[in-house]
Amino acid sequence: MSVIVYTEATKGKIRKNSLEAVTYAAAIAAKVGGEVVAVIDAAVDATLHADLGKAGAQKLLTVNHASLSAGDARAWAAVMEQVAQAHGAKVVVFSHDLGGKDIAPRVAVRLKAGIVAGAVDFPTIEGGKFEVRKTAFSGKATAVYSINSDVKVITLLPNSIPVGSSGAAVSGSAFDAKLDGVSSGVTIKERKTRQSTTVPLPEAELVVSAGRGLKAPENWGIVEDLATALGATTACSRPVADMHWRPHHEHVGQTGVAIRPNLYIAIGISGAIQHLAGVNGSKTIVVINNDKEAPFFKAADYGVVGDAFEILPKLTESVKKFKASQN
Amino acid sequence: MKILVCISSVPDTTTKIAFVSENREFSKQGVQFIINPYDEWYALVRALELKEAKGSGQVTLFHVGLAENEAIIRKGLAIGADDAVRVDADPGDAYFVAQQIAAYAAGKGYDLILVGKETIDYNSSMVGGMVAELMNLPYVSMASKLDVAGAEITAECDIDGGTAVVTCAAPAVISCQKGMAEARIPNMRGIMAARTKPLETVQVLDNSTLTKVENYRLNEGRQAVKMIDAGSMDELVRLLHEEAKVI
Ligand SMILES: Cc1cc2nc3c(=O)[nH]c(=O)nc-3n(C[C@H](O)[C@H](O)[C@H](O)COP(=O)(O)OP(=O)(O)OC[C@H]3O[C@@H](n4cnc5c(N)ncnc54)[C@H](O)[C@@H]3O)c2cc1C
Repeated sequence: MSVIVYTEATKGKIRKNSLEAVTYAAAIAAKVGGEVVAVIDAAVDATLHADLGKAGAQKLLTVNHASLSAGDARAWAAVMEQVAQAHGAKVVVFSHDLGGKDIAPRVAVRLKAGIVAGAVDFPTIEGGKFEVRKTAFSGKATAVYSINSDVKVITLLPNSIPVGSSGAAVSGSAFDAKLDGVSSGVTIKERKTRQSTTVPLPEAELVVSAGRGLKAPENWGIVEDLATALGATTACSRPVADMHWRPHHEHVGQTGVAIRPNLYIAIGISGAIQHLAGVNGSKTIVVINNDKEAPFFKAADYGVVGDAFEILPKLTESVKKFKASQN
Repeated sequence: MKILVCISSVPDTTTKIAFVSENREFSKQGVQFIINPYDEWYALVRALELKEAKGSGQVTLFHVGLAENEAIIRKGLAIGADDAVRVDADPGDAYFVAQQIAAYAAGKGYDLILVGKETIDYNSSMVGGMVAELMNLPYVSMASKLDVAGAEITAECDIDGGTAVVTCAAPAVISCQKGMAEARIPNMRGIMAARTKPLETVQVLDNSTLTKVENYRLNEGRQAVKMIDAGSMDELVRLLHEEAKVI
């Protein structure tokens, strides 16, 4: 018996989303019994394996195939299916990120397993029941799902649980996957990656976001200064992206990226429900707005009423002072 | 070119929601239902654009839902779809819906099966990948551009920290998001024409749900906001560090 978990590395590190998924798998294994089996591309530097062990992986399977390194989702689905069968998996865990959204539904079909996509909390496992919670209706509600199939698949919403650190060392062993003739049929012609030194928005723990209240694209310097001082990633409201003041990948909300950082600072954003839908999972929300009636204050933890152009430079100074005092 | 556009019915984001039957069911009373925006604005409109560019083809809407949802199907027809199919069932879970799509589309010669990147009520993003796996078709997840030349499909989709240009052979399943097209508002002629366009009802084609919502609860709002004076940014930073513990 086992709980298996799909993991990835990026930029010389195990992805944080993957460490969360391993932590999640370990918590499930502690309840249902069995081993925590992590699966990773054999091309990933073996010195990173220790981090998976620390997060709770008890066994680590490395899989070597060109199509896996190329990110072929059907090939990965076949690997996860084969590992699930070889190790008697009860639960298969993914992060609810790009990889998980592409691979997990395929694994669910292959194993005819019920899936809950976007879990926000550890499952409740009691007396034959297996219940998983996720957020629904733009953050307005939580839905409790039961999974009726023998094997269960769960994708975990990033930044929902802290990464575990009490696990022991683990060393990889090769898993011999049968991948002849398995291909998604999709060929990557060109990758257009953005040069960026900050954490990509979906994974960022600190986000500084600004809206139409900033008035013009050339005013974003003060937003970027604050983000740099905090080590945060920048985001924006939809009209700002639509007017091309900021790039589209920064657009958060119902029609843009949904995020749930530890800290979301909203500057000159009114707090429309469609905006909140993508950010109201954030742990702490700070709203800076010159209109004390702005709806966003109702969804905030901390509020500052005033002119962003005056407040931001002061806040940035305070952050710098704080950072300096921490060193 | 034959395109199947899968549309889901979702509560409008601004709707107030409530639950009934001891919180086991979502209350539909007074709720404004709409076509899931990704399905309508991107999948459907791009399908119409592809058909128009080619000068021929057929765009069929596919919906799993009860008869009460016909209004949203008619809206899709008013925007320009040629015809529609409704599987007469409560949609259950993603697996149930994917099975209906796969069972219906099998052998019908669709070049493209389009879905939205996710629904705005449950945000699962699972149906497209499931359909692709059930039908053994190529699947492009999170596409923001889509073109078809002959039997070759070119799409641009999200990858880690950017986008990728990908190709695959038709038929394929594509999940559609912002960037692919601009929303269209149905005009009077479209609305009139929609009334008489074919809307076929079919019975459930394959019947299993593997998950079930046991109950719901409304999320509590945050505690009352703490207002900080605009002149006290040191204090805000201190609270973020000591109280919220986020920096
Ligand atoms: C179907 C649908 C989907 C949508 N999806 C999204 C989405 O994904 N994301 C999204 O963001 N929106 C979305 N919207 C749009 C949304 O409804 C709002 O229109 C939008 O979020 C408003 O953006 P904003 O807050 O930047 O601008 P505004 O609403 O114009 O607000 C600007 C704010 O800035 C404040 N302000 C002005 N000057 C200053 C100053 N000097 N200092 C401080 N504050 C100042 C104002 O008081 C105001 O509160 C969607 C809408 C629809 C209908």
